[in-house]
Amino acid sequence: MDLTLHVWRQDGPQADGRFETYRPEGVSPSMSFLDMLDLVNEKITGDGGEPIAFEHDCREGICGSCGMMVSGVAHGPEKLVTVCQLHMRSFSDGDEIWIEPWRASAFPVIKDLVVDRSPFDRIIEAGGYVSIRTGSAPDANAIPVPKPDADRAFDAAACIGCGACVAACPNASAMLFTAAKAGHLSYLPQGQTERLHRAARMMEAHDGEGFGNCTTHGACQEVCPKGISIDYIARLNRDVFRASVAGISLDDG
Amino acid sequence: MELDAQIPSGPIESKWGRRQFELKLVNPANKRKHKVIVVGTGLAGGAAAATMGELGYDVHCFTFHDSPRRAHSIAAQGGINAAKNYQGDGDSVYRLFYDTVKGGDFRSREANVYRLAELSLNIIDQAVAQGVPFAREYGGTLANRSFGGAQVSRTFYARGQTGQQLLLGAYQALERQVHTRAVTMYNRHEMLDVVVVDGRARGIVTRHLVTGKIEAHMADAVVLGTGGYSNVFFLSTNAKACNVTAAWRAAKRGAGFANPCFTQIHPTCIPQSGEYQSKLTLMSESLRNDGRIWVPSRAGDDRPANQIPDAERDYYLERLYPAFGNLTPRDIASRRAKEMVDAGFGVGPLQNGVYLDFRDAIGRLGKQAVSERYGNLFSMYEKITGEDPYQIPMRIYPAPHYTMGGLWVDYNLMTTVPGLFAIGEANFSDHGANRLGASALMQGLADGYFIIPLTIGDYLVDAPRGDIDEDHPAAKDAVREITEKQARLISARGSRSVDSFHQELGRIMWNHCGMARTESGLREGLEKVPALREEFWRDVRVPGSGDSLNQSLEKAGRVADFLEFAEVMLWDALTRDESCGAHYREEHTTEEGEAKRDDERFAHGAIWEFKGVGVDPVRHQEKLTFEHVPLSQRSYK
Repeated sequence: MDLTLHVWRQDGPQADGRFETYRPEGVSPSMSFLDMLDLVNEKITGDGGEPIAFEHDCREGICGSCGMMVSGVAHGPEKLVTVCQLHMRSFSDGDEIWIEPWRASAFPVIKDLVVDRSPFDRIIEAGGYVSIRTGSAPDANAIPVPKPDADRAFDAAACIGCGACVAACPNASAMLFTAAKAGHLSYLPQGQTERLHRAARMMEAHDGEGFGNCTTHGACQEVCPKGISIDYIARLNRDVFRASVAGISLDDG
Repeated sequence: MELDAQIPSGPIESKWGRRQFELKLVNPANKRKHKVIVVGTGLAGGAAAATMGELGYDVHCFTFHDSPRRAHSIAAQGGINAAKNYQGDGDSVYRLFYDTVKGGDFRSREANVYRLAELSLNIIDQAVAQGVPFAREYGGTLANRSFGGAQVSRTFYARGQTGQQLLLGAYQALERQVHTRAVTMYNRHEMLDVVVVDGRARGIVTRHLVTGKIEAHMADAVVLGTGGYSNVFFLSTNAKACNVTAAWRAAKRGAGFANPCFTQIHPTCIPQSGEYQSKLTLMSESLRNDGRIWVPSRAGDDRPANQIPDAERDYYLERLYPAFGNLTPRDIASRRAKEMVDAGFGVGPLQNGVYLDFRDAIGRLGKQAVSERYGNLFSMYEKITGEDPYQIPMRIYPAPHYTMGGLWVDYNLMTTVPGLFAIGEANFSDHGANRLGASALMQGLADGYFIIPLTIGDYLVDAPRGDIDEDHPAAKDAVREITEKQARLISARGSRSVDSFHQELGRIMWNHCGMARTESGLREGLEKVPALREEFWRDVRVPGSGDSLNQSLEKAGRVADFLEFAEVMLWDALTRDESCGAHYREEHTTEEGEAKRDDERFAHGAIWEFKGVGVDPVRHQEKLTFEHVPLSQRSYK
């Protein structure tokens, strides 16, 4: 395939970035997008340059490491895939492709296509869990969970923490990420005790990290590789409101 | 090398209980004074760090990922075994224990496996309490399925994403401890060495992957949960960053490395589609519950699958193993597929696969039911190959997937270096020569949540603490060695990329130490690997510098370690002059072509002692005895 790539290159967090153009040879339609970038990098290395830095690991769409804007769309043109699952058969001969990192002030660029997504960890740290000590659990079947609730919990729990929702959002909001975890736990009996507290604390952490507010554009759910619905954002908003009405304190305990 | 397995006395059912009572306890008020380093944040490392944090230890946890939620445990699809017997189909702790020892082809420790089966019950309870959304029946109770040839339904699952959900459970538990400041997280830190002082593990050396800073971190004990080494084959189902560096560095510092040749080749992966390919993708073996495996009866038959009539198809697993059919254990299914392809019966554009056909399942159950069971796997397959498995049979081929070998540990999970522990896939403990499906998640979590948090206390009580810091000569020496090694990699300025060396090593290992091994092939491998290693150090090209994010440099360090480790793997395969489980020596087969064990000579674990790069390692043995599961030839006919 004959392609022209314009790739964002940036040496470090403080450096200015620029687009560099590459015309890879030997690209075939059965290659994955990241196999194609590997090929470009082998060529750059052979020519004495520094390869393009990008994050990736499992290359099967589950670890959440990879992610980049492909011609303006997070994870590229195919629905419900991460960029590692995107294949070159989705492109046509002669295509020009623009490749950029996630753009959000809460996700500063580290190098080239690599950004810092540690704010996600801090949102989970603020309350994205059930407080249970190892070894103190009752028998697993002691509390039945209606299948529809378990399914709804799962749909939200499928989030891989890739950050595409933030990159797609015009406000750079991380509400889909935050709502997915809060939503997952809110559908399960095990998550009820801390439900409102959790919602309030995760929301506070979200805002504190510099993510924008949700204005219901829905761009996030369009690019989410796991198809997570913005309905969970409505549910989180309701829980946050209930927490404020109930006067729930953000402090521990 | 001292190899005392420290197995508790008494009947097998009460060994773990007895050990828990025997273990010395650390006073709760003193736990905070004990600093423990955990390396790795997969199921084992994440669970261990979270639980030790809960107990009150001062835990410092390291991962080379950007977040402790990314380790490759996340990619496990199929499920996790537990002997809950919720289905009332005759399962029990004893049966899970028995199946695991037998499935491992009698090369694991009975006492360890029994404990694993026991703890399987607690794991499910723990995960459900954390909010792991396991599959449920309409009545609200947990659903189970039969998996990987088990004759009871003991596998718990969360769609095709069980590993992800269990890892997120451990990650959330870990973040909770980070919030309480019980655990200090070090993301984007790669461990490059162990610091040993007076014979004990007292710290590690890490490189910060963004700033490039190389430094020592000291502690009272070090726990490695750093995964397996399937990427020695370059192409495997493991994530790209999985590597042997932490375990190999430990081995170079005196930890015995056990059974490195026990590598599992998973039967249901998508065949390679071209030379450029960077990684292989696994399809859950649950597909074998309903899919039928076949090749054309005539070699080289290149008609489209659907035009080949039944009479001209060879459903070879059903033919060879009428009782288990398509559900034979992984090692057998893999080997038979390789035989078919080698004999010219392979299918697909590169003739490198066999068919996994759902035509009959769709006819029997309907497309809807098949879609409910396997929908996500079918769409994953279609995304990768561009073919619709509802219409055209899938093509599959075996790929390296899991390594049963690892650092030798005693019953308390301590390596031969006091104070250095290994958990999860990084150790060798429970799977013998072949791991059964849905057992990896179980072992990682048993080690992390329930074993190491207790056994480590027994060591810490009497271990030195607080007496040394990062300025200790051993720490400084280790930092200097790592810094020099990195400088050598960068200054080689050769002509070949790191990946090209890794690919070549992978080909050598696949051809000489892969699914079928011979004495002459292994000896050839032992010639080729040192030669490639020598060329690597002379001719590798690592662009960029060491003081910023440099992914080529990261890879170069890992490949350098693989190039040393591969030799031990070949030695192990060569000296284990028998076939067992996943280790198949062509010289040792039964009349039916199955792996033929030699229990007289090889009912032992082989533990390798490092003696220097390029120097032959020394082989030690831990004898294995089987009091409960009688030694027998596995039969799945």
